[in-house]
Order: sequence, then C-alpha cells, then structure tokens
Amino acid sequence: MDYFLELFLGGLTRGSIYALIALGYTMVYGIIELINFAHGEIYMIGAFTALIVISVLTLMGMNTIAILVIAGVVAVIYSCAYGYTVEKIAYKPLRNAPRLSALISAIGMSLFLQNYVLLAQTSDFLPFPSLIPDFEFMEPYAHIIGSTEIVILITTAVVMVLLTILIKFTRIGKAMRATSQDKTMAMLVGINVNRVISVTFVVGSATAAIGGVLIASHVGMINFYVGFIAGIKAFVAAVLGGIGSIPGAVLGSFVLGWTESFATGYVSSDYEDVFAFLFLVLILIFRPAGILGRSEKHKI
Amino acid sequence: MKKYFGKVFVAAMVFAFAVSMMSGVGLAADTIKLGVAGAHSGDLASYGIPSIKAAELVVKDINAKGGILGKQVVILAEDDVCKPEVATNTATKLLSQGVDVVMGHICSGATKAALGIYKAENIICMSPSATNPALTQSGDYPNFYRTIASDDAQARLEVDYALDVLKLKKIAVLHDKGDYGKGLAEFAKGFLEKDPRAEVVLYEGVTPGAVDYSAVVQKIKQSNADVVIFGGYHPEASKIVMQMRKKRMKTIFISDDGVKDDTFIKVAGKYAEGVYATGPRDTSSNPLAVAAVEAHKKAYGADPGAFFLNAYAATQALLNAIEKAGSTDYNAISKALKTEYVETPLGKIKFDDRGDAIGIGFSIYQVKNGTYVEIN
Amino acid sequence: MITFDEIKKAFLVSIWFMFLTFPIMVIRVNPVEHIVEWRWKNMLVVGIGSFLLSFVWNYLMKRKELGFKKAESGEETGTIPLVQRILGEKKIYIPALVVAGIFTIAFPFIFSLYQTNIMVSALIYVMLGLGLNIVVGLAGLLDLGYVAFYAVGAYAYALLNYHFGISFWIALPIGGLLGATFGILLGFPVLRLRGDYLAIVTLGFGEIIRIILENWNEFSFGPSGIANIPRPSLFGINLSVHESTIYIYYIMIALCLFTVFVVNRLQDSRIGRAWIALREDEVACQAMGIDKTKTKLTAFSLGATWASMAGVMFAAKTTFVNPASFTIWESIIILCIVVLGGMGSIIGVIAGALVLILMPEYLRAFSEYRMLAFGVLLVVMMIFRPGGIIPNVRRVYTFQGVKNTDKS
Repeated sequence: MDYFLELFLGGLTRGSIYALIALGYTMVYGIIELINFAHGEIYMIGAFTALIVISVLTLMGMNTIAILVIAGVVAVIYSCAYGYTVEKIAYKPLRNAPRLSALISAIGMSLFLQNYVLLAQTSDFLPFPSLIPDFEFMEPYAHIIGSTEIVILITTAVVMVLLTILIKFTRIGKAMRATSQDKTMAMLVGINVNRVISVTFVVGSATAAIGGVLIASHVGMINFYVGFIAGIKAFVAAVLGGIGSIPGAVLGSFVLGWTESFATGYVSSDYEDVFAFLFLVLILIFRPAGILGRSEKHKI
Repeated sequence: MKKYFGKVFVAAMVFAFAVSMMSGVGLAADTIKLGVAGAHSGDLASYGIPSIKAAELVVKDINAKGGILGKQVVILAEDDVCKPEVATNTATKLLSQGVDVVMGHICSGATKAALGIYKAENIICMSPSATNPALTQSGDYPNFYRTIASDDAQARLEVDYALDVLKLKKIAVLHDKGDYGKGLAEFAKGFLEKDPRAEVVLYEGVTPGAVDYSAVVQKIKQSNADVVIFGGYHPEASKIVMQMRKKRMKTIFISDDGVKDDTFIKVAGKYAEGVYATGPRDTSSNPLAVAAVEAHKKAYGADPGAFFLNAYAATQALLNAIEKAGSTDYNAISKALKTEYVETPLGKIKFDDRGDAIGIGFSIYQVKNGTYVEIN
Repeated sequence: MITFDEIKKAFLVSIWFMFLTFPIMVIRVNPVEHIVEWRWKNMLVVGIGSFLLSFVWNYLMKRKELGFKKAESGEETGTIPLVQRILGEKKIYIPALVVAGIFTIAFPFIFSLYQTNIMVSALIYVMLGLGLNIVVGLAGLLDLGYVAFYAVGAYAYALLNYHFGISFWIALPIGGLLGATFGILLGFPVLRLRGDYLAIVTLGFGEIIRIILENWNEFSFGPSGIANIPRPSLFGINLSVHESTIYIYYIMIALCLFTVFVVNRLQDSRIGRAWIALREDEVACQAMGIDKTKTKLTAFSLGATWASMAGVMFAAKTTFVNPASFTIWESIIILCIVVLGGMGSIIGVIAGALVLILMPEYLRAFSEYRMLAFGVLLVVMMIFRPGGIIPNVRRVYTFQGVKNTDKS
C-alpha cells in the first residue's frame, strides 16, 4: 500500500509539473488554435533568466528569500516579454494564413530560441540551486514527498484557480472567451482582438515562467533543451484533457503523470512513454476531443 | 527512353571507373592530411571539440619540428553532430578532400556508419572515445583503432568492484536507453547473472530528459537493492542520485565514464558525495600529460575538455605510425601501429590485432569532498 | 523616404530588444565557480542590429500588405508565380527539362563524391517530402509521426538482410508493402480524429515505434543498432564506395522520378480529387458520397509506402541504422519540407527538400549558427511566403457553356 501511495504521489508531482506548462499551451490553443511549439522555450528562458538573476544576486550577497522573490518576478517579467514579442513577430502576421503556416512558424521560433540560448549561454547542463528549503515539518514524510514537490502541487492548484477566475469572471476573460468562439464577431462587438491575444500570450508565458523556476529547482539543472522535451509532454497532457480547457489541462496532466508513474512502478520504465501514448490514443478513440473537451458540431 | 537511359548509364559507369582509377594517381600531394571528425556542434559538441584542440596542438608541435617525412600536416576538421547519417556525409567529404588518416569519430553509432566508408577506401580511423565493444571485437573493422578501453572492460570493473570490494549482493542495473548506456548495462547484467554471489533485482531503462525519476527511484527502493549500477551520461545520473538522496535513500551508486565528469559533481553538489564512477586510468601525473594540459591552457586559456588526452594520444599514435611506416600506405601504417610503441600522455602504447590500445585501462573513482579520487 | 516617425519606431524597437536580450546576451554566469561575465558589447550589437532590421521588417511588411490590397481590389497582379508560368509555356519548359535532365545525369561526374553523397541524402528527403505531401498536402491530415514509416522501411531492410540475407532489390518492394500495411494499421484508430488531435496521436505513434526499437533488443538490437548493411548490388559486381554512391544516386533519381510520376497521376485521379475534397471539407465531402474511411486510409498507406521505400534507401546508403535517426525532429523536418516548399505542389516539395537538406551541409562553415539560421528561415518564409517557395496552383475548371440544351 505504501508503494502504491508513493507512486500515486510521484505521479501527482509529475502531473503538476506538466500542468504548469500545459496551462499556457491550452490557453493559447483555445484562443487562436495554434500549437505554440515555442511555449516550451518560453518556459526554458524563464528558468534561465531566473538562474542568471540568482547567480548575480548571490554574488552581491543577498539573503535567500529576497533572491527567490526577485528571481521569480524577473523571470515572469522576461518570459512575458518574450511571449509577447514572439507572438508579435511570428504569429500575428500569420493570423489569416493557413494554420499549418503558423505551426511551421512556431517550430521555427522554437528552434531559434533554443539555439539563441545555446549560443549566448552554453550547451552544458548548469546546476540550478534548490530555492525551496526543506521544511522541518516535512521531515517525517521526506522519504515519500519532498518540500519542493509540495510547493509545486500547491502552486499548480493556485494558478489553476486564478486562471479559471480570470477567464470566468473578469472583463478580459469574457473577451477571451468571445474571441475564441468567433474572432470576427468579437471584433464586431468592439473587442480589441489583437490585445486579447497578446494578453493571452502574456498570461500563458507567466505561468510558464513560474513553472520554469519551480521545476528547474526541483530537477536541479537546466540546459537549452529542457523546454522542448517538457513541452511535448505538456502538450500531450493538454490534448488528453481536452485542449482549450483549463481544468482539462490540469486533469490531463495528472492522468498522464499517473499513467507514467504506475506504468513505471508496476510494469517497466522501458516502455513508460509507450504506455502514456497508448493511453492517449485510447482516450481519444472514445472521446475524440479529450476528457473534458467539447466536441463541436460542424455547421456547413 | 529506357534504352537510352541504359546506354547513358553504362557510359556513366565506365566513366566512373575511369575517374576512380585516376583519383588514385592524383593523391600524391605534398602534405599529410589528418581528418578530425566528431560532434563539433549541437548538444554533444562538448565531447567533440576537445579532440580538434588536441589535434591542433600535436600538429602544431610536429609541424614546428619540420613535419613528417618532410611534409607538413594539415588538419581537416569535419562535423558529424554524432548522427550516423551525417557521419557518412562527413566521411565522404573527407575522402573527397583526399584525407590520409582520420582521428575520430566521437560517438560509437556515428563511427560505425563512417567506418564502412573508410574501410572500403583503406583509410585508417582512430577514435579517442568510441567505446562500443563491437567496434574492435566483431572483426568487421580492421581499419579501426582506439585509445580508450571498451565498455565491457568498464562493466567488468564495476561488477567486480561491487562484488569483490564492496561485497554487495542485491544489485539494480539501470541505463538511459542510449547506445552507450544500454550497451554497458547489458554487459553488467550479463556478468552479474553468471556470478552466483549476485542477484539482479532490477533491470530498467529510464527515459532520458524526463522531468523527474521519482517512480524509478521508488522502484529501486521497493527492490531493496544495495547498489545501483547505472550506464549512461551525467544529466540522468545526477537526477537519479539527487532524487534518491532527497528521499533519504543511502543506496550506493556506481556508474561509468559518462558520469566521471566534473559537471556531474557540480550539478549534483552535496548529493554527489560517495558516488563511484569508472574512468580512464589517471595519467594526469604523466609528464607528457602535464605538458599537453599546459599547452592547452596556454593556447586556449582554459582547462581541456573530455577525451582531450585520448585524442592527443590518438593523434600522436597516428602521426608516429606514418613516420615509422615511411608512407601513408594502409598496410604499412597498420603494421607500424601494431608494432611500434609510442610515448603519449596515456603512457607508452601500441595496438593489439583487434585495434584496442595495449596499456590503457580503467580505474574506479569515488567522489570525495567534491572531487573524483582514484581508488586503488 | 524614411520619416521621423519610422526612425522613432525603430529606436523604440531597438530599446525593446536591448531590454529583452539583456539577461541572456549580456550576462553569462557560471553558477559553480560563481563567476559572472558582463558582455556589454553584445548589447550594442543587438541594439544596432534590431534598429536596422526594423526598417527592413517594416519595408517587407508594407510590401506584403500592398500585395494583399492589390489582390483584394481584384487587380491583375500576375498571381501565377513565375515557375508555374514557365511550366505552362512549352517552349521554355521542354528545353529547361532537357537541361535539367542532362545536369542531373552528369551531376556525379561534375562534382565530388561528397557532393553526390549529400545529393543522395537530399533525394531521400525529396521522396519523404513527396510521400508526406500526399497525407498533409493533398488529404489535409496533419501527420507528426511520419518518421515511423521511415523507420519501418530502414529496419525492414536491415533485419531482413541480417536474418535472411535478402538483397536490396527484394527488400525495396517488401519495405514498401510493409509501410503500406503499417499505414493502414496506424490509420484505423485515428479515423475519427481531426486536426491537431490527429497530429498528437501520430506523434505518439512515431515515438512508440522509436521506443520499441530502442528497448526490444531481441528484435531490433536496441540502441546500438545494426551495422554492415550492404549497399545495393549491381548484378553481383562488387562496387567501391565511390562507384556505389554514384549507383545509389542513379537509383534515387529513378525512384524520385517514379514518385513524381505516381503522385502526379494520383493527384488527378478519382482518389486524388477525393483527398482534396476531404482536405477542404470533411462533412461536405461525405455528403458528396465519398467514402471517408477508404479515402483516409489510402492516403495514410500510400504516404507510408514512400516513406518506407525511402527508409530502405536510407539503410542502404548509411549501411547502419539505429533508433537515434528516427526522432520526432525528423518528422518535423519532413513536415517543414512540405510546408516550406509549398503544400500540394510537387515541384515545390522538391525545391523545399533540396533547400532544407543541402543548406545545413553548405552552411557547415557556420556550423554553430546554422540551426539558428534554419529557425529564422522557417519563420521568415512563413510570414512573407506563406504558400511556400513554389506554391501550388489550384486547378481551374472553366465552364464551357452548355451545348446540349435538350436534356436540361
């Protein structure tokens, strides 16, 4: 039973890691129906920026809590700036182009950002300090779940709730929902669609940056390529849950995390990804729009 | 159309034969061309770039002394990004440039793909880092040599150390599903299964690049293993070690020369303490090695990277063999490589019939106070 | 020409980029030794570079918008691109074809072994591109796991040869058939899926095949791969590397011509028109009485056939296969070839493959920057030429008027 619980918690942690990245994917997809391949890179840039800030501040001799807060804030600011700029350069001019063009543009942006960081920084793995101290009250449970994992879990829950509030109850959220349903109609009723899309990218990038800092500090290292691998998995999670839906992304991430964890625990980690993808295929065969996705009626 | 094409094709083939006959004559140039192939860009560049630097240093030395056989040595460096399909292009590019001998490639897969081409054209190829046992043991590549010991030697050492010195019984073997890591793990598993003292309680591959390994770590814990033998590179190793220690597990960790890299200690920090890793025998006190490292610091202003000394030795061995052979003829160089000893930073070496260097082996290292210390 | 407003805008852009690239371009940290390096020069480069580039960008954007406006106002802009016009003009088309033909045949003798070898690589991608073009370009099914079929072909030849000593010429059709079978097998479960759901499931299939090849040692020899795969034989004559490369080159040319021929005929056939109808509107297409299942499955299996045959060629050319050659990046590059070349356009896909595969080889001198340049190229191409290098021209059926009025 202990073993089951441990695998369950391990899957939960993995799931919440995916969720922090999947949220941004799903938001962007919901609004412009684009697989934003560069999203993983935004996450990576967030983590890198945080690492740079941490290193500089440590040299200046600040205390840990201050460093944590400043690094987090700067990472979020920069990720948002990158998300905003990427959208303006690579996606906005393609608003009316075929969808595949935008997808290729996203792939190009992803490659560009990876190599930009590779050339400007390094190809080596860099150690990322663990920012979250081991809490004393967690010590009895340390063999099951660590403090960083707890923080990631809580953060995922908070971010999900905040995003749901943003979309359900605020003015801009209403505008987002309108834009995602019908861009032309939204424009006609006076919504500044370009602004709404920009805001979506900025919010998505902010969640990616929070994820980037927390995950890097959990894993303990980063390089230029971490974004791509995590991004693919997060995207699978978002599709599994029903892309475009916020709770769907989180649920999909947990389901994916558990699938991988239990597959490793009870079968073999050799085929962990095979199980994950087969599960995805199974779900999609029975619910072609994902667990929480609504299948749209096509009008002719 | 078909007939016409056939005629053209026959004509073309005749022409091709003619060209290939001619090219043999045109090769007598007044320089000796040393090809240096390996990953010079991309994510494995850190393994390939030190080999160019080593070759440059050796060649600079030799050219300053008047070259070999009265000829200057030129380096032709070509990138293969460690991909087999690119490596064949790299190999043909070197051939087109009239290369005499090749030092490389870096990764085993790329080396295998390129060797087929070198073999057909009678070009000798010496790798500083390709450790796959089949390269020398299969007998398929008579033109291949290397200045590093093969993976099975490393696996043997790891297993012996765990069983004989540490006296451990329950062993978990993990790998990263890669060419290098899985090959090594397979050997370790094979040796353990033959030994009645040992019990393999877990044999698994972890997914490289995954965000966390908690499930695998739980599984190690569940299996009650005394020791983990891991085949693979340092990024995965440090993730596994860190997660094991964070879960308060004290399982011993033994790994390979992909982990015997200072980056591992830097990344894993305090969690790296006590980890064992095999690596090439420490020859850094060898005066030639000291001189080579000094020369590198002087020329590039930094400490040399991975496989630098192996590449340095390989370049020296190749050029020395050409000098002793008195020509760049394939048979003459092969004979010289197998008979003439050469002084290198790795010690005094020559090669056995299969192409493995005699006098090169592995030692066990352990992380103590943030550095790898050799254990005798 | 350049107004004050534009200068002001460019200045702001350059400030923005200096801010944006500040942490990553200017500061380099070594968190282990606690060394921070400040590279202020880079900031200057970014500032000036983005200042100048913003003018270029604005200029290109204006031109693009101008093009749109012209098109909207119905002006005759010569929308048929140059290449297509040449293709339509017999007087230019036939001599051009002859010249290209002679060049293609003479190529291995004009250029070195290396050039021929990379040309063979490019031709393999031409085949892959044309195959994927059936699935993505014609049938509109976004397939991100196309590399799976490529792997099937490569391993089919490698394993058949290893176990049974089957030669290249027999393995080629077997590989093709195997690919077609896999295409149908993988096509079945995804029939109901649309768009991006399909993309992610096919991506999953691609990964599953790769992981199985990696883990199932008894079957595929795992990550260490299979070496010493023989090159194609010519009536039992042993060929040197140089000769066999030339031989492979001609085989590839022949296969590519065959592919072009088949794809071209397919495009105009009943099934080809069904694919295009499926791409345009699934529901309407079904309403017109087209069997969706059959249409989708033929697209998948025909696409897979070409990928598999290209895989057999790949194994024969490289003489070594391991799972590392069949990652998701490979699928992405093939997709880029199709989209960048021009979806649905045969000549476009050929151009796309040549550009994307040969460019990194010729850019070896800038090895570090080539992937960066590749990324930029993809983005810029998509923005300024979203239809691809040589876009597909829609076939126009003109209404000839009704001659026989009796029956209407």
